[in-house]
Amino acid sequence: MNLLLCVITPFLGAALVAAVARLGTWQAAAAAAGVTLAAGAWLAPLVGGTFQGTTLIERYTWMPREGLDLTFRLDGFGLLFALMILGIGLLVILYARWYFSPQDRLGRFYTGMMLFMGSMLGVVLSENLIQLLIFWELTSLSSFLLISYWQQRTEARQGARMALTVTGMGGLALLGGILLLGQITGSYDLSVVLAAGDQVRAHPLYLPTLLLILLGAFTKSAQFPFHFWLPNAMAAPTPVSAYLHSATMVKAGVFLLARLFPTLSGTPEWTWIVSLTGLTTLLIGAVFALFKHDLKGLLAYSTISHLGLITLLFGLGTPLAALAGVFHIINHATFKASLFMAAGIIDHETGTRDMRRINGMWGVMPYTATLAMVAAAAMAGVPLFNGFLSKEMFFTETLGTVAQLRFGWLLPLTAIVAGIFAVAYSLRFIHDVFFNGAPIDLPRTPHEPSRWMRLPVEVLVALCLLVGMLPALTVEPLLAIAARGVLQGPLPPHSIAIWHGFTPALWMSLIALTGGVLVYEGRRPLFALAARLEGRLEARRPYDWLVAGVFGVARWVTVRLDLASLQRMLFLFVLSALALGMAGFWSAPMPLTGAGPLLPFDPVSLLVALGLAACTASVVVLHRSRLIALILLGAVGLIVSLIFAKFSAPDLALTQLSVEVVTIVLLLLALYFLPQSTPAESSRPRQVRDLLLALAAGGGNAALAWAVLTRPAESIADWFLTHSLPGGGGANVVNVILVDFRGFDTLGEITVLALAGLGIYAMLDGLRLPAPAADAQGRAWDPDAHPLIMASLVRLLLPLALLVAVYILLRGHQLPGGGFIAGLVTAVALIMQYLANGVAWTRARLPANLHPLIAAGLLIATMTGLGSLALGYPFLTSSFVHFHWALVGDFELASAMAFDLGVYLVVVGATLLILIHLGLVHDLSRPPAEEPR
Amino acid sequence: MLSIAIPIAFALVGTAFTLTLWRLLIGPSVPDRILALDTLAVNAIALLVLFGIAQDSAVYFEAAILIALMGFVGTVALCKYLLRGDIIE
Repeated sequence: MNLLLCVITPFLGAALVAAVARLGTWQAAAAAAGVTLAAGAWLAPLVGGTFQGTTLIERYTWMPREGLDLTFRLDGFGLLFALMILGIGLLVILYARWYFSPQDRLGRFYTGMMLFMGSMLGVVLSENLIQLLIFWELTSLSSFLLISYWQQRTEARQGARMALTVTGMGGLALLGGILLLGQITGSYDLSVVLAAGDQVRAHPLYLPTLLLILLGAFTKSAQFPFHFWLPNAMAAPTPVSAYLHSATMVKAGVFLLARLFPTLSGTPEWTWIVSLTGLTTLLIGAVFALFKHDLKGLLAYSTISHLGLITLLFGLGTPLAALAGVFHIINHATFKASLFMAAGIIDHETGTRDMRRINGMWGVMPYTATLAMVAAAAMAGVPLFNGFLSKEMFFTETLGTVAQLRFGWLLPLTAIVAGIFAVAYSLRFIHDVFFNGAPIDLPRTPHEPSRWMRLPVEVLVALCLLVGMLPALTVEPLLAIAARGVLQGPLPPHSIAIWHGFTPALWMSLIALTGGVLVYEGRRPLFALAARLEGRLEARRPYDWLVAGVFGVARWVTVRLDLASLQRMLFLFVLSALALGMAGFWSAPMPLTGAGPLLPFDPVSLLVALGLAACTASVVVLHRSRLIALILLGAVGLIVSLIFAKFSAPDLALTQLSVEVVTIVLLLLALYFLPQSTPAESSRPRQVRDLLLALAAGGGNAALAWAVLTRPAESIADWFLTHSLPGGGGANVVNVILVDFRGFDTLGEITVLALAGLGIYAMLDGLRLPAPAADAQGRAWDPDAHPLIMASLVRLLLPLALLVAVYILLRGHQLPGGGFIAGLVTAVALIMQYLANGVAWTRARLPANLHPLIAAGLLIATMTGLGSLALGYPFLTSSFVHFHWALVGDFELASAMAFDLGVYLVVVGATLLILIHLGLVHDLSRPPAEEPR
Repeated sequence: MLSIAIPIAFALVGTAFTLTLWRLLIGPSVPDRILALDTLAVNAIALLVLFGIAQDSAVYFEAAILIALMGFVGTVALCKYLLRGDIIE
């Protein structure tokens, strides 16, 4: 239970944080920190067991038939990531409290961050791979919200979109890879997949599986050539970068590499693809980082480079390399998060991130400078800092390939070059910002930031130092269980210490340090060269072309398919339907009339049917005069409901009658602003052509209906008829289907209805349209807005209509009726008051705000469903009890009736909302000279 | 007795229905058609009630009540539209 709660707490907490954030910034930060601590508290009791090496698996049945269970897993590696997510998350929460200005809405940031935290915890604690992918996608989505936090800035929106596109595409590829993996191993459970390494590697589908999964990992971890989204995501607020782009989101890719390491690694394909990608990324990131003048740009490319380093380590495939990779994940998270925070402090204090302008900050903020220097030294790999340890392990591992491959010496060489640039850009970060003369034209006067803003940096920097100097005492146990979780086996012999003697790796470190200083010394010609190449080596160019290309193709297809003419589109649609239908008739010749019995025939039904046909035909003939067409449509609706009643569908008849009235009112409201007649759109020959086509298609439909209805067929109706009363506790099958058998559909429908109502409300808000000053014949409007007789009569009608509505609602479960019909009747009764007595009169007596009504309806319906869940039954299971009440008699009370009440409220609310606000547009649009009397 | 009365009543209401429909279709003025629609609703009530009596079932009366309750709303809305253009004001 703990793991599920740990993952779910941030998601639930997001709502809490959003609510609390209205109280103030401190409250928001405290709530976010509280949620984070709560998530950690669920994890705390499990830590001891994990350190003893147990792997905890929690399983909840979800969709067992699909092989999809809600399954969580906690082993050393997952715990390491969970600790980083929660620990750095806590520091970022504190930091963000001071970072954002009072104008920024802190609640939105913390809410997004909680969502992201939950998604990330889900990724690292998932046992089921499909479930992992769902959380993986959620990290993409929530990071989109976080990167685009400053929505008003173009580059923030662009950066967020790019990050979402790239990682989203990767997620799609990953889904494919995971599905293949599931096909190969027969399970989506990580335990099974991890144990089936040999089977997977020997399978013919291994290569496509590997490529798809790597695409997912590489896009997420910003590996070349997908790295370009990360620098563009630097438009995010710095707390977001410190959290997402150092410790969590970008680490998800390498997390996946490490997680599937036992299954996928050990083949030449793995080694070549992963290590070459890692190597290229390592080098490119390090070189580009030096030439970025933007403080965060430098850090972004440095992050890319370090992610490349980790990828390369996993690509090498040896257990020791994997151990070094895990170690570097820890180290990079600590020093890069603190560097991002330091960059944020500098940005916050100076108002710019351009290193050409920020100089000599040592004199202003020596304390922050010291912290940044420690973190930068760790990044460069200076001895006594944590980065040195993992980097030395990395150098040792690269030397291992020299003897194995023909060009194996290229690997350590490239590693040294990248190391040199890493030292150079770390040096630049310190020297350019804190020394290097005086600041140039800063937007703000900088000074040391608040103590609380520095505290998170202090904690992280202290970790860098502790790990760097006392690795065996601090990080060793955690690293051991994490690496064991990655390798799924015993650890290789290793020693993490500062001093191993004069090993080749130490020399490599020393060359990198000296070389880095030299490169930075000779930076001026290099910067000049970089300025000349500026913009030519942008990896986002192909991306832009690709995006433009996709849009181009989409536009091309749309233009080819869309004729921009409703008449022609409809003509083609009906023509193809006719062709397909005729093909069906011809392919299997059989008599048109089946063997079923025909219903008895009576003259009244014939008369009504002929009336329907006559009205429908006249709508077609008279359709250009819109008001007349509307009247005729009213008659059509009336006759249709008669036919429903005749053929034993009283529910349908009642619904049709109510809908008919609402439709007429709605169309009349719209018609006020529209031309009273439709212009002729078609020429005479075309009308003849369309008429012939319509007759053929209609005749075909009629023939088809005849053929189907005259054949005796086993319908699903019998099942519903027999199960309605025992299963749903209601004798009215239609209503039981709506609220019980298909209750979930109904819930979806009323949600859509509520959303449609709100959408229409939003679109109508403040709308003003030119309103006609006189009617179609040019006569002035009648001055009497609310004739007295009608107003008085309609008032009397209201209680009667409400009585009918309540009656229909209550007995709906047993006899024709239900929430939909009752809702429509109520809405019509209330609309009548608006119609006859006016908006002002009605508003004074009825609640004007309908949103709470809709919300209450949805809430009641959903709670009814959840109620059965709480009692241990599936969602929306209906339960009913039989009562005997003196005087009233026997009756049944079903939980579905509460659900129906929800339906009722939503229908009333949404219908009224739409009609009344459309009516209000009229008042807004009315010329001021002619105020309603 | 009913077996004689019901067919006669059906015949009469059917005639009324046909004539109303005729007025609805030919107009000529818009108020003519609105009035025809309103009368059609009355005819529909009659048909439903007759049918209910003939079948000896009360189910059809519900629909008849609903038409009686709401059938005139359409008429009122249409009339208000003719008079004021703006029906909810």
